[in-house]
Amino acid sequence: MLTRRSLLSATAASPLALSLALGASSAQAATPAGVIVMAKQIDDVVSFDPAEAYEFTNNEVNGSVYRRLVSPDHADNSKVVGDLAKSWTISADGKVFTFTLKTDSKFPSGKTLTAEDAAFSMQRVVKLNKTPAFIITQFGYTKDNVDSLIVAKDATTLVMTLPTAAAPSFVLFCLSAAVGSIVEKATVLAKAVGDDLGNAWLKGHSAGSGAYQLTEWVASDHITIDVNPNSGIKTGARRISLRHVVDPSAQLLMLQKGDADIARDLTPDMITKVKGEKGYTVTVSGQGSSMYIAMNQNVPELAKPQVRQAIKWAIDYEAIAKNITPNQWVVAQGFLPPGLPGAMMDKPFKKDVAKAKALLAEAGYPNGFEMSMDFITAPPNGDIAQAVQADLAAIGIKLNLVPGERKQVITKTRARTHQLAMLVWGTDYFDPNSNSQAFCENPDDSNDSKLKILAWRSHYVDKELNDMSLAATKELDGAKRIQMYKDMQVKFAARAPFAMMLQQISSAAMGKGVSGFVIGQLPDFTKFADIKKA
Amino acid sequence: MKKLAGRFGGTASSLLITLFGLVLVTFFIGRVMPIDPVIAIVGDHAPEDVIARVRQEMGLDRSLVVQFTLYVVHLLHGDLGRSVMTSNLVTEDIARYFPATIELATVAIVIATLIGVPLGVLAAVKQGSRLDQAIRVFCLAGHSIPIFLLALISLLVFYATLGWAPGTGRSDVGLEGMVPVVTGFLTIDAAIAMDWDSFYDAWAHLVQPAGVLAYFSMAYVARMTRAFMLDALAGEYVITARAKGLSAARVIWKHAFGNIAVRLVTVLALTYAGLLEGAVVTETVFSWPGLGQYLTVSLLNADMNAVLGATLVVGLIYMVLNLLADSAYRLLDPRVR
Amino acid sequence: MSGVLNRAWLLSDAPSSRSQAAWGRRFRLWQDFKSNKIAMAGLIIVVVLVMAAIFAPLLATFDPSTQELTNRLGKPSAAHWLGTDELGRDVYSRLLFGARVTLGMVISVVLMVAPIGLAIGCIAGYYGGLADTILMRVTDVFLAFPRLILALAFVAAIHPGVTSAVIAIALTTWPPYARLARAETLTIRNTDFIAATRLTGASSARIVLRHVMPLCLGSLIVRVTLDMSSIILFAASLGFLGMGAQPPSPEWGTMIATARRFFLDQWWVPLMPGIAIFVASLAFNLLGDGLRDVLDPKQR
Repeated sequence: MLTRRSLLSATAASPLALSLALGASSAQAATPAGVIVMAKQIDDVVSFDPAEAYEFTNNEVNGSVYRRLVSPDHADNSKVVGDLAKSWTISADGKVFTFTLKTDSKFPSGKTLTAEDAAFSMQRVVKLNKTPAFIITQFGYTKDNVDSLIVAKDATTLVMTLPTAAAPSFVLFCLSAAVGSIVEKATVLAKAVGDDLGNAWLKGHSAGSGAYQLTEWVASDHITIDVNPNSGIKTGARRISLRHVVDPSAQLLMLQKGDADIARDLTPDMITKVKGEKGYTVTVSGQGSSMYIAMNQNVPELAKPQVRQAIKWAIDYEAIAKNITPNQWVVAQGFLPPGLPGAMMDKPFKKDVAKAKALLAEAGYPNGFEMSMDFITAPPNGDIAQAVQADLAAIGIKLNLVPGERKQVITKTRARTHQLAMLVWGTDYFDPNSNSQAFCENPDDSNDSKLKILAWRSHYVDKELNDMSLAATKELDGAKRIQMYKDMQVKFAARAPFAMMLQQISSAAMGKGVSGFVIGQLPDFTKFADIKKA
Repeated sequence: MKKLAGRFGGTASSLLITLFGLVLVTFFIGRVMPIDPVIAIVGDHAPEDVIARVRQEMGLDRSLVVQFTLYVVHLLHGDLGRSVMTSNLVTEDIARYFPATIELATVAIVIATLIGVPLGVLAAVKQGSRLDQAIRVFCLAGHSIPIFLLALISLLVFYATLGWAPGTGRSDVGLEGMVPVVTGFLTIDAAIAMDWDSFYDAWAHLVQPAGVLAYFSMAYVARMTRAFMLDALAGEYVITARAKGLSAARVIWKHAFGNIAVRLVTVLALTYAGLLEGAVVTETVFSWPGLGQYLTVSLLNADMNAVLGATLVVGLIYMVLNLLADSAYRLLDPRVR
Repeated sequence: MSGVLNRAWLLSDAPSSRSQAAWGRRFRLWQDFKSNKIAMAGLIIVVVLVMAAIFAPLLATFDPSTQELTNRLGKPSAAHWLGTDELGRDVYSRLLFGARVTLGMVISVVLMVAPIGLAIGCIAGYYGGLADTILMRVTDVFLAFPRLILALAFVAAIHPGVTSAVIAIALTTWPPYARLARAETLTIRNTDFIAATRLTGASSARIVLRHVMPLCLGSLIVRVTLDMSSIILFAASLGFLGMGAQPPSPEWGTMIATARRFFLDQWWVPLMPGIAIFVASLAFNLLGDGLRDVLDPKQR
């Protein structure tokens, strides 16, 4: 239980002041000691079960609630370091991974995490086969073979055998994803209903060995996590409360009033303003999300390579990033945004109206044409879309903007009925394959395809890039593999029907006396343990 | 007596038919939404086999008629299904969100009445004067200002600048979940628990959004009061009372006002019904966890069980209030009989 | 013809023709209306708004869609009288063009709602029986629906834009008109004059179309004027929730929605369209209120 005397002495004054209509403003409120209040939009959460969680907020919370076998090395993002695993060995053929686990990680129940828990967690992901399961099952695991291929040899030894060989870095990066979280077998099975392996219970509860445990989740309202007393991880706050606040202005107000310690979704202008004020700290981090324009290849105009390139040369990337989205989106033109292994740092495209017009003329459209562009309404997308509209108008392409809710736009692009669509794609895991597969692989363009991601959704069939992407997953030499992705991106920029525009930058503002919050490049890399309040 | 029972039966059946129509329309809207509900659950990146399985689990692969029949059968058993967004039973969600809306609308109607009725009476008594005109413009302004603008300005002034009111939401973070839920009304629950900190806090959070909502509905209340009062003041009994030399205040409040009270109650009932749905925008701006916000969020996420359930509740309440207002009017006002 | 504008002719106690009587009645109503200063203020603002909308291209100082990304969120200045928005566009010019969108939406809604409400109400009221029951049940269903939610759902179901917003608003606005028309029809239906028409062998359709509907029109027009402001607010609310007119359209509610993020620091950006909505809505309210006073003296 919280003792609340301390915090109330200040806030209780406000209703009195209000009812008496006195001018005296209430004293500066403050969040309770040891409690961090974070204002954030949290309505994306569907479930906290790591075998199912696939949105931003739940993965971020799970990053501090669960631990994984390995995690990317933040000093060198092409390497992996152990988290729960003390060490590991890989057989010469690249098929057998043997992990030796640390013995100091404990669940809230007080029990030590064992290889048995780890094996169970992996098997569970494969058997439940929820959305993120493909990160594990893409290596060939099925509900029939997983029990024999992922096994606990003893309390500290986990042996993972791959059905087919794959690049070791690819496997390890996938295990570092949120879906690789280790749950406590005994607790989860005790809560299982039917054959759900505890899925219903884990939606709103937790069983992890991370620094925190999930105490309460009220959808679109708040999430409360409390410290896991047995984790052995040093924490700055005993409780972290994430409050659902949609309006950035309201978030800023809460921060200024001391009602929130951290504000997560401020607008670029607010971030700029807060940066200049005393007492506030802004933390910034590049994200694994890219904003791009997809050009559906079933539209005759867009099927012409010159038109695709003309669009890429028409957009004023720098002006958008500098004026509309400072602190929020920066220019990035590869399908792997900076920070990810294999990222393309070059920016081959810039606004060149003459060149773009020439390309259009070459394609047979000297007078341009009219076209629709779908985009997701959340700010600042509307501003960006309007800027793109103005840029394309300059070369004669008249854009009709069609805004929609996120799920609506996704439904439409999945039905392949869009023309142009301005979209955001977040990488699934820290390996280049996630984006390379999404943007380049489309082995079957029919409606019955088993792989309906970005290339398929825009009818983009490119045999060369498709095969290069597949080959890269098998490349055992790490350095060679990275070079393959860099080569792919050069070809991609020259012909793909995707205008890669921006990389997301996530900024958070910390209030007075608050420190230690660092945003990870992927949601589950964000850690809450170091947040503290003076 | 028999006639009354017959009329009641008639109203009940027409109520049921209307409800059925409501379910049908809402269901239809859910099906034509350009959002794939499966995508709404499993997300953008899900592999095809997962999508196909979830579609089957949700029964979306069956025909529309089967889906609708199943929904109605479950509905008759009091089962509104499970919300995708919150993964709770829709009935649980409604029990959680609805009291917040009721609380907001109730306080708003109380404020609107306490200010609107006296203003209306005053305007009627001083008919044609500058005061009457001023009241009229003040009320019309309330009916003309976009409620979201008023809400934003109110936040800017009372919360951000003056610091008189607490911010958005229903309670302070530190008090979150402190009061055991009995009725779902935070103000009442806090009083039951004798938790006066939470009690003050709940009221403080309530006053601002309720005030915004109240100003909007006050115009109508004041307007109707004025019209009824003018009517009553011209009535013979008032003229008689005046002739008897009764004091002006007594004539106004006892004779004239007493006579319009019934009609006023029906107006308030209808205004209240309007407030329940009018709270959507206010709830959005104030992050008020009420049914309006629940409905909007569910709608934009194609969470159709939630939308259907919440729409039914709001529609039902609206109809019942209308019916009550109607019957009160019929029973008490001989002219409509 | 000079007599038409003659005051004495208009106010004559013994009009010599039906048209003289009618004009005389209208003139007296106008005089009544003119004496109501508040209502006149409303009328003047409405006229100014209409003018602003019509002559927007002449009055605007900038092209409402020209972006100037380096001059975003500018304060009101000599060049930009009401400042610039989040893409550096001139707010004053956008407001002018926005008046076209807003007034256009209002007029379209009215043009859709009045005939639908009239038709349904008159048919239900005149024919009674099964037609009445069915039509009134349908009306009840739409009345019981939370208005904004129905509109949101409808717009989301098609796709956000001015056209769907107009249809959505119309869809949720017609039921009260149908009820009103039905109530009027019920009283008209039993008048001697309709009975007489029926005796001449006129078909029901003809009676409804030629005799009942025109008689219902009067009360409907008053109601429409009173509803104008709520239509403006409704359209703005849809725009505010992102479901009305879409950027780059300078619809006022949409302008607030996109500029709402700047409310704390660049408050003038969302406030300007807010004031525009308020003024327009208030003008129609004042006008409608005055009209009601004139046409329905009981409520004065």
